[in-house]
Amino acid sequence: MIARLAALALALTLVPAHAETMKLAVTTSFHNSGLSDVLLPQIEADTGIDVQLLVVGTGQAIRLGQSGDVDAILVHSRVAEDAFVADGYGTHRREIMYNDFVLIGPAIDPANARASESINDALSSIARAKATFVSRGDDSGTHKKEVALWASTSRDPADFGIWYKAVGSGMGAALNTASGLDAYILSDRASWLNFGNKGGLELIFSGDPALFNQYAYLPVNPDRHSHVNAKTAARLEDWLTSDVARDSIDSYQINGETTFTFNAAVE
Amino acid sequence: MDEIAAGLVAALRLIVTLDSDLVEISLRSLQVSLIAVLIASAIALPLGAWLAIHRFRFRRATIAVLNALMGLPPVVVGLIIYILLSRAGPFGGLGLLFTVKAMIIAQVIIITPLIASIAHQAMRDLWAEYHDLLISLNTSKWQRIHTLIRDGRRALLTASLAGFGRAIGEVGAIIVVGGNIDHATRVLTTAIALETGKGDFALALGLGFVLIALAIGVSITTHWLARTEKDSRW
Repeated sequence: MIARLAALALALTLVPAHAETMKLAVTTSFHNSGLSDVLLPQIEADTGIDVQLLVVGTGQAIRLGQSGDVDAILVHSRVAEDAFVADGYGTHRREIMYNDFVLIGPAIDPANARASESINDALSSIARAKATFVSRGDDSGTHKKEVALWASTSRDPADFGIWYKAVGSGMGAALNTASGLDAYILSDRASWLNFGNKGGLELIFSGDPALFNQYAYLPVNPDRHSHVNAKTAARLEDWLTSDVARDSIDSYQINGETTFTFNAAVE
Repeated sequence: MDEIAAGLVAALRLIVTLDSDLVEISLRSLQVSLIAVLIASAIALPLGAWLAIHRFRFRRATIAVLNALMGLPPVVVGLIIYILLSRAGPFGGLGLLFTVKAMIIAQVIIITPLIASIAHQAMRDLWAEYHDLLISLNTSKWQRIHTLIRDGRRALLTASLAGFGRAIGEVGAIIVVGGNIDHATRVLTTAIALETGKGDFALALGLGFVLIALAIGVSITTHWLARTEKDSRW
C-alpha cells in the first residue's frame, strides 16, 4: 500500500521536461503591465526558450541573482544594478527599454498637485498638505525611485507622519491600498494603465524627465554560480535587443497608449 | 457587492469554457496538495497512533509542541525552506527551489503537525476503549497501532481531510518556495494573489470559487470512496 502510494506520488511529481528553460527574475511592473504576456510566447516561438518568470520587486530580484537562483534579472534601479555588476554577481548590464513613472492620486486632488510644474513641486505640495500617500515600502525599483524623489525635495520619508503609509507590497497590491484610501501613490505608467481597480484615482502628474524609468537586463555571472544557464541567458539577451523585440515593445499599447520604449544599443 | 456577483460569473465562464490555464493550475493545485497529504498522512497517522499508546518521558511535551506546530506560520516555513533550498543554501545543489517538489516539501511540513494532532486525539479516545482488550491479548506494539489505525479510519480520514483543507488553501509558503511561475509552479492560490495584485477582483474571486468547489469535490469523493455516512453503516 505504502509502496503504491509512493509510486503514485513519484509519478505525479515527474513534470515533462522542456527543451530549453531558464529562470528570469523580473520586476512586478514588467509583469503587471502585461508586456511579459506578449513577449514570452514570441520568445518561445523565435528561440525555443521557455522563460520562467519570477515576478518580484527589484530588491528581491537582485537577491535571487546574487544567490544564483535565477539565470538573469530584468530590473529597474540603476544604483543597485551597478553594484550588482561591480560586486561580480552579474556579468554586465544591458539597457533594454524604458517607461516612466506617474503620480496617481484622488480625482479631487486635495494637495492640488495637478497644477505642479515638476514632480518636486507635486511631492512638496502633498507633503505640505499631509495628504495620504501610499508608498511601496518594499525596496523595489519603484520604491527606491520614490525615496530618491523625496530626497530631491530635501525630505526623508522616515520623518513623515501617519499620512505616509508604507505598505510593503507589490505595485498592484499598493495600488489597491491607494484606491481604498483615496491616496496619492507613485506608480509606473504600465502598471497603472493595466490596473483594474482604479476606483476614485486618476493620473495627477507625469512627464517630468526625473520620472524616467530604465529597464536593464543583467545575466548572472557563471564564474560565481557554475550551474547558471549562461548560454541561454545570452541567447535571450540577443532576442531582447533585436529588431523583433523593438517592434513588439514599441507597439505594445494599453488603452491606446504606448507604455514602453525600446532603447537597447546595438553592440 | 457587485464584485462578488462578477466573481461568480467569472468562475462560471472559466468552468464552462474549460479554460486551459484554469485546468492546468487546478490540476497542479490538486497535485501539490494531494501528494503533500499522502506523504504527511504516511508520517502523521502512525505518529498520532504511536503517541496515543506509547508512554515515554517527554510525551506530554512532545504532544504540546505538536499541537502548537498546528499554528506554524506558512510564510515562515516557506522562508526557511527557501533559504535551505536556495543555490546559496545547504541544499542548493539539488536545484529544487521554484519547483513543484519544493512546494510539496513546504506543505508536508505545514500539515504534518495538524494531521498528527487530530489523529492523536482520536486515537487516544479509541485507545482508552481498546486498552484492556489489546493488552490482555498480549499484542505487540505494532499490532496495537495497526488495530487503532484500522478501527479509527473514519477519524483519521477527517484528520487527513483537515490537512488537505489547509494545504489547498495555503498561499504564504508556496508562493515563496514555488515563485508562482506561469506554467511551472502557479497554483490556484498563488494565481488568486496575482490577480488581486492586478486589481482584477472578478477573476481572483472566480478562481477562489473554483478553489472552494475543488475542496468540496475532494471531500465528497473521499467520503464516497470510504463509504462513510451511509444509512446502514456507522
